Amino acid sequence: MIDTVSLADRQTDSPKHTVQIFNRTALLWLIVAIVAYSCVPWYMLEDGFWSMEWLDGYPFDTDYAPALFLIAQGEKLWLAPIGIAILLAIPAAFLNNTNRLYGWLLITAGAAGLIFLCAQGLSIGIRGWTADWITTLFGELGDRQFGMGYGALLTALALLFFLTTGLAARGAINGDAFVVGAVGFVIAIVTVFIFFPISDMLSSAVKNDDGLFSLTTFYEKFTHRKIWSLACIDGEQSCGVAWNSLFLAVLVGFFTTALGLVFALVATRSGVTQAKLLRPLTVLPIITPPFVIGLAIILLFGLSGTVTTFVADLLGIQPTRWIYGLPGIFIAQLLSFTPIAFLVLIGVVEGVSPAMEEASQTLRATRWHTFKTVSLPLMRPGLANAFLLGFIESMADFGNPLVLGGNYDVLSTEIFFSIVGAQNDQGRAAVLAIVLLLFTLTAFYAQRKWLGQKSYITKTGKGDSGQHTLLPKRILIPCWAIALTWATFTLTIYGMIIYGSFVELWGLNNTLTFKHYQSTFAIAFDENGWRLKGAAWDSFLTTIKIAAIAAPLTAIIGILTAFLLVRQNFFGKNTFEFGTMLSFAIPGTVIGVSYILAFNVPPIEITGTGVILIISFIFRNMPVGVRAGIASMSQLDKSLDEASLTLGASTWRTFTRVVLPLMKPAILAAMVFSFVRAMTAISAVIFLVSAEYNMATSYIIGRVENNDYGIAIAYSTVLIFVMLAIVCLMQLLTRQTRTRHVV
Amino acid sequence: MHNSHKNNHSREYSHIGTKAASVEFSGVSKIYPGNVIAVDQVSLRVEAGELVTLLGPSGCGKTTTLRMIAGLEKASSGAIYIGENDVTGLPATDRDVTMVFQSYALFPHMTVDQNVAYGLKLLKLSRSELKNRVENGLALVGLQGYGDRLPSELSGGQQQRVAVARAIVLEPQVLLFDEPLSNLDAKLRRQVREEIRDIQQRLGLTVVYVTHDQEEALAVSDRIIVMSNATIAQFGTPQELYAKPVSEFVADFIGEANVIPVYIESLQNNMATVRVGDHEIQMDSNNLSIGRAKLAIRPHQINLFPSERHNTFDAVIKKCTYVGSHIEYRLDSNLGELFVVDHQTDSVFEEGQLVGISFSTSGPVLLSD
Ligand SMILES: Nc1ncnc2c1ncn2[C@@H]1O[C@H](COP(=O)(O)OP(=O)(O)OP(=O)(O)O)[C@@H](O)[C@H]1O
Ligand SMILES: [Mg+2]
Repeated sequence: MIDTVSLADRQTDSPKHTVQIFNRTALLWLIVAIVAYSCVPWYMLEDGFWSMEWLDGYPFDTDYAPALFLIAQGEKLWLAPIGIAILLAIPAAFLNNTNRLYGWLLITAGAAGLIFLCAQGLSIGIRGWTADWITTLFGELGDRQFGMGYGALLTALALLFFLTTGLAARGAINGDAFVVGAVGFVIAIVTVFIFFPISDMLSSAVKNDDGLFSLTTFYEKFTHRKIWSLACIDGEQSCGVAWNSLFLAVLVGFFTTALGLVFALVATRSGVTQAKLLRPLTVLPIITPPFVIGLAIILLFGLSGTVTTFVADLLGIQPTRWIYGLPGIFIAQLLSFTPIAFLVLIGVVEGVSPAMEEASQTLRATRWHTFKTVSLPLMRPGLANAFLLGFIESMADFGNPLVLGGNYDVLSTEIFFSIVGAQNDQGRAAVLAIVLLLFTLTAFYAQRKWLGQKSYITKTGKGDSGQHTLLPKRILIPCWAIALTWATFTLTIYGMIIYGSFVELWGLNNTLTFKHYQSTFAIAFDENGWRLKGAAWDSFLTTIKIAAIAAPLTAIIGILTAFLLVRQNFFGKNTFEFGTMLSFAIPGTVIGVSYILAFNVPPIEITGTGVILIISFIFRNMPVGVRAGIASMSQLDKSLDEASLTLGASTWRTFTRVVLPLMKPAILAAMVFSFVRAMTAISAVIFLVSAEYNMATSYIIGRVENNDYGIAIAYSTVLIFVMLAIVCLMQLLTRQTRTRHVV
Repeated sequence: MHNSHKNNHSREYSHIGTKAASVEFSGVSKIYPGNVIAVDQVSLRVEAGELVTLLGPSGCGKTTTLRMIAGLEKASSGAIYIGENDVTGLPATDRDVTMVFQSYALFPHMTVDQNVAYGLKLLKLSRSELKNRVENGLALVGLQGYGDRLPSELSGGQQQRVAVARAIVLEPQVLLFDEPLSNLDAKLRRQVREEIRDIQQRLGLTVVYVTHDQEEALAVSDRIIVMSNATIAQFGTPQELYAKPVSEFVADFIGEANVIPVYIESLQNNMATVRVGDHEIQMDSNNLSIGRAKLAIRPHQINLFPSERHNTFDAVIKKCTYVGSHIEYRLDSNLGELFVVDHQTDSVFEEGQLVGISFSTSGPVLLSD
C-alpha cells in the first residue's frame, strides 16, 4: 500500500486540475475576431479574394480596407459597434471558464455583435438604406455598402463562437463548448442559406411591381387561372400547372411504388439467386443526369424516334408528337424514380421478420394468406414512405419536363420560364414556388409525422434466423414478367443513349461517327503543347472542381449534424432535425429562384460566383449526408463514445479520434454521393450558372434547346461513365476499409 | 486485508498507483424525460479503497446510478462528491473516473496498445513513460505481448481484460464496472471476477460494480447496495445482508427466504414472543414493536421430522427434487407454501407424506410488516 500511494503522489499534477492563465477557447476566437476585423478586407472584392489584386492599395483603399481601417478613416462608421463588441470579449480570455463573468461577457459580446452585424448588413445596401421606413427614421444616409467579404465572414464566425462558448460556460447542453458550438454553427448556416433565401422569396411574392407590400397582387397571382384552372376536365383546354403537377406526382408516386415493390419481392423472395442482379439497378438513378432518360425517350418515341418511325412505317400512319406531354414525362419519371422506390422497399421487405411469417405458416395459413395478412400489412408504412418519396421527386423534377414537357406545363418548369423567359416576373416565380413548396412540404410533413418516427423494422435483434417465405406462385409469375420487361426497357434506354452518341443525326442520317465526341472532348497537340480543344472541357472541368469542393463539405456537415442528432440531447432537437432535413423537400428550382433573389444584393452578394454553386450543392445534398450519418452512427455502439469520455477525452477529441475513423465508410459514401449529385444536378444549377462558371448539365440542356442532340447525348454518356467509375471505386474502397477491421 | 498476498505482488506492479477516493451521493435523483424516476433521493457513501456492488432486479436504477458517478448522466437533483470535491456539475471528461462497459467498448480501429494508451495520451507523458505504463497495464491483466492485435483478434475474455487495463492505467479515483461479466461463460465469469477482485485489493482501488447476479455480488464485494424501485433497499456487508435483511425484498433477493406472517405478542429486553400459526417462539425482536410482523426463514433453517414429533408444525410434502448435494422440498402447511433445503440426502421424505417442521433457533429474522 505504502509504495503505491507515494507513487500516486508524484502524479498529482494531472492536467485535469491544472490552472490556466489564458482560456484557450476564448483566446482562439478572440484572435480570429481581432485579425478578421483589423487585417482582412471587410467587403467582397470584385476580382475575388484569391486573385490578391487587393494587396495593391491595402489597407487604406476603402474598397479593400479591413473594418478597423475604414473606421479610422471615418468611413462606414456603422461597423464600429461590432468592434466594440469584440473589445468587450477581451477580458474573457483571461478568466477561468467557471467564472460567471466569463460566460456573460462572451454571450453579451457575441449576441450584440451578431445582431448588429446582421442589422447593418440588412439595412444598408448599394443604394443606402434598404427600406423607406429606415430612411424616415434616421434620415438620408448618403453612403452605401457592398456585399460582405472574408473579413465580415470571419468576424461573424468568431462572434457566433463567442456566443456559443459563453452559453456552454453557463451550462447549455452540459456545458460542452464543442457541442454548443456545433449546434450553433449548423443553425446559423441553415438559417442563412435555407431560411433566409426562402423567406426572402416568400416576401417577394407579396410585393407588387413597385416593390411595395401588396396582398392583392399576391392574391391575384396566387389564384391565377393558369395555376388552378380545371378546364381540362370537360374541355379541350389545359388545366392549371398546379393540377398538372399534382396529377403527375400522384401517378408517378403510385406506379414507382408498385414497381419498386415488385422488384423488391423478386429480388428477395423469388428463391432465384440471380435475382440479386437487380440490385445494381439502384445505382442507375444516382449516376444518370435527370434529363438523360428524357433524351433517350425522344430517341425512341420522338417524332423521328426509332419506335415511332417503325410503327408509322408498319401501319402506314403519320408519326405524331404524342410523347411530348404527360405520357413522356410520366414514362421518363417512372424510369428515373422506380429504382429509388426499389431501394426503400428492399429494406422494408427484408425487414419483415421471417419469424412472423413462419409463425403464420405454422398456424396453417397458406402462403398467399400469409402474404396478404401478415407480410403486406407489415410493409404498409414502407409503401407509404416510398409513395411520398416518388411524389416529392416527381414534383421537384425539372430535367424531364423541360425536355419532354410539350404543352403539359408543370410547376418546376413554369417557375424557370417565369424568370428566364420574356416575362421575367419574379413575383410570379415566387408565387409558383410557394405552390410547389406547399405540395412538397405537405408530403414531407406527412411522411415525417406518420411514418418517419414509427419504426416499422420488425427485426428483434435476437438473431432472426429463419428464411423469408417465398412468394406464392400467383404473385411471383406476374412479378417476374413485370420485372423482366422493365429491366429490358431500362437496358434499351441506356443502350439507346450510348448508341445515339455515335449517330450522325438521329433518325435522318444514321451513319456512325465520332464527331460528337470530337467536338466536345477533343484534345489537340500543337506548337503550344497539349490543349483541350473540345467545347465541353470548360464546363466539364468546372463541374468536377465545384463538385470536388462541395462533396467533402457536404459530408462533414452531414456527419456533424448526424452526430449531434444521434449522440447529443438538447432542447429543441426535433425542430433542429426538421430544419436540417427540410431542404430535402425544397425542390431545386425553388432553391435556385430563392438564391438568385436573395444573394444578388448585399449583405451576401454571391450570384455569378462559384461559391453560390458550392453552397447550393451543400444544402441540397445535406439531408443525404445526415441520413447516411444517422444510419451508420446508430450502428455504432454508444458506449464507445462514452468510454472515450470517461477516459478523459473531450467531445471534440472523441468525435475526431473515435467517431470519425469508425464512420469512414459512411463519410466516403456521403462524399461520393454528393459529388455525383453535384455533377448531375440541374434544377437549381440552371439558375445559378454564369458565363464564368458553367456546369456540365446546364451546358447539355443548352445543346438540347438548340436541337444539338448528338452533342448532348455524347456528353451525357461521358458523364454517366465518369460517375459509374467513381461509384465503383467507392465500392472497392469501402469494401477494403470494412474488411480491414471487422467491427 | 490479504497482507501477505499484497506483498508478493507489490514489486511487480508498483508502477500502477492509486488515487482512490470515496464517492458520496447526497439526496441524488435522476428523472428521465417522460417523468421516469430512475433514481429517487439516494444517499450513500463508498469509502476509498472499497469494492461496492450495486445489486438489484432489472430496471431498478443500477446503471443510472453508475453513470451518474461517471458523469455520463446528469443528476436531476442532489449532490455527488468524489473525494472531497463536489463533482455534480462536472461532465465525464473532467471527472477522474473510468468505467469498464458491459460491451467492453474497445475502439475497434485501434490496437490493444493504442486502446490502453488512449487516456494516457491526454496526460502528456514522455514516450518511455507512456510505453511503460501501457506495458504495466497489460501485464497486470496477463496480456503481455498482445499489444499489436486488434480487438477483433481477441477472445471475449481477453477483450474484457483489455477494457480493464485501459481503465486501470489511468489510476482513476474511482473505477466503475457495469455488468462486466455478462458476456462471458459461467466458468470464465468466476475466474475473471476473482481477478478483478484481486487487482482491486492489490492496488487499493475504489470500485463500484453493477451486477444482477447475487452470487457474484456476494463473492466480490466489501459491501453491497441492494436497490429496488429506484431506491436503496439495504446497504451492508454480504454477511449483514444475508443474516439481517431489513425487508422482505432483501431477504428474498439475497438467497431465498420463506416469508410468513406472524404476530409479536410481547417484548422483553431485545427478545420478542412471537406467535406463528398456533405456536409461540422466542427470538430477537429486531427493534420491532408489538403487532403484526413477518418472519424470514432461509430454506436450510427449516428442519423436517417424521410427523409424530412433538412441538412441530404440520406440513405435507408436495414436491421433492433431488439435486445432488441436497434435496429441495416444497411443502404445504397452514403457514403457506414453504421451500426447504435438506442436506441430509440419505433419509428422503416422499411426496404426499405428512411431516413435522421446526425452525432453527438462530437464523430466522423478524421483519416489519
Ligand atoms: N435514457 C433513458 N430514458 C428514459 N428512461 C430510461 C433511460 N435509461 C433508463 N431509463 C429507465 O430508468 C430505469 C432505470 O434504468 P437502469 O438502466 O438504471 O436500470 P438497471 O438497474 O441498470 O437495469 P438492468 O439490470 O436491466 O440493466 C428503468 O425504468 C429504465 O426504463
Ligand atoms: Mg443496467
